[in-house]
Amino acid sequence: MIEPANLASTPGLPKDRDGPVFAEPWQAEAFALTVKLHEAGHFAWAEWVSYLSREIASGAPADASHAETVYYLHWLAALERLVADKGLASAVALAKRKAEWHEAYEATAHGQPVVLGAKHHHDHDHHH
Amino acid sequence: MASHRHSDPPSDPALRVKALESLLTEKKLLEPAALDALIELFETKIGPRNGAKVVARAWTDPTYKKRLLSDATAAIAELGYSGMQGEDMVVVENTPAVHNLLVCTLCSCYPWPVLGLPPVWYKAAPYRSRAVIEPRAVLKEFGLELPESIEIRIWDSTAELRYMVLPERPAGTEDLKEDALAKLVTRDAMIGTAKVAGPSR
Repeated sequence: MIEPANLASTPGLPKDRDGPVFAEPWQAEAFALTVKLHEAGHFAWAEWVSYLSREIASGAPADASHAETVYYLHWLAALERLVADKGLASAVALAKRKAEWHEAYEATAHGQPVVLGAKHHHDHDHHH
Repeated sequence: MASHRHSDPPSDPALRVKALESLLTEKKLLEPAALDALIELFETKIGPRNGAKVVARAWTDPTYKKRLLSDATAAIAELGYSGMQGEDMVVVENTPAVHNLLVCTLCSCYPWPVLGLPPVWYKAAPYRSRAVIEPRAVLKEFGLELPESIEIRIWDSTAELRYMVLPERPAGTEDLKEDALAKLVTRDAMIGTAKVAGPSR
């Protein structure tokens, strides 16, 4: 699980008595991704902290209401940068994949599982 | 009847996280099962878990319950809970004759501002398809065996409509105050895969 020392050394981490807290599911996913990549040896926690700190110092993102959301927008930007710098996934590849997911949602009729590569074969006049 | 025909994409950051997750797991830099296991630990740590308080209020205040069942979005907002992103809430009531069960084929359709993070099984393909086809068998696997005489209603969430189950108030709780009642209400009871158990002591 997450080493308490790492949690303690992470600047500004929103948490309660039991550990980190999140405003939305994607924030927990971003957190878990980072912890698992670290555990798999892709980077040291201190290195992650330096990326996160730099991102936080760059100023608040414009569009966020919750404190947790502001924090995790920084977190996500820092993670994307670190992953690119480590050669795990480039910014271009990430942007492309994000667009593919967006398209997959647009192309999938509600009630069907969303999978990548879905084409617009759902008839748009069709009713549920 | 859903008014929209395709699935509304999640928010920008949610899509960026999906991009990271799918690329990194594809490259075998991450193991999906280990990732899910960690996320599961945070199930109860996401979003204000207000659903239980809504249920307890409905159990103790009949006029509130009436408002909740006729206009859940307004009744939930009345308690100061918001955070929904434009979608409407509908609360469906369990009775001795009817048991309600929620499902959604998309993980984004879950009323997390009232229920917290969706459990991993809720997002899993087997639950999504089998809850509709054989709800009785699915409920049995959750340890909830319902007699044939009880009607099971399935509510498929959409991007515009989110459901929550109002479970039955357990016997032996007549003396409990609202706060104590709220502590008995579990997430699974508000999804419909469990009933609310009475106080253990």
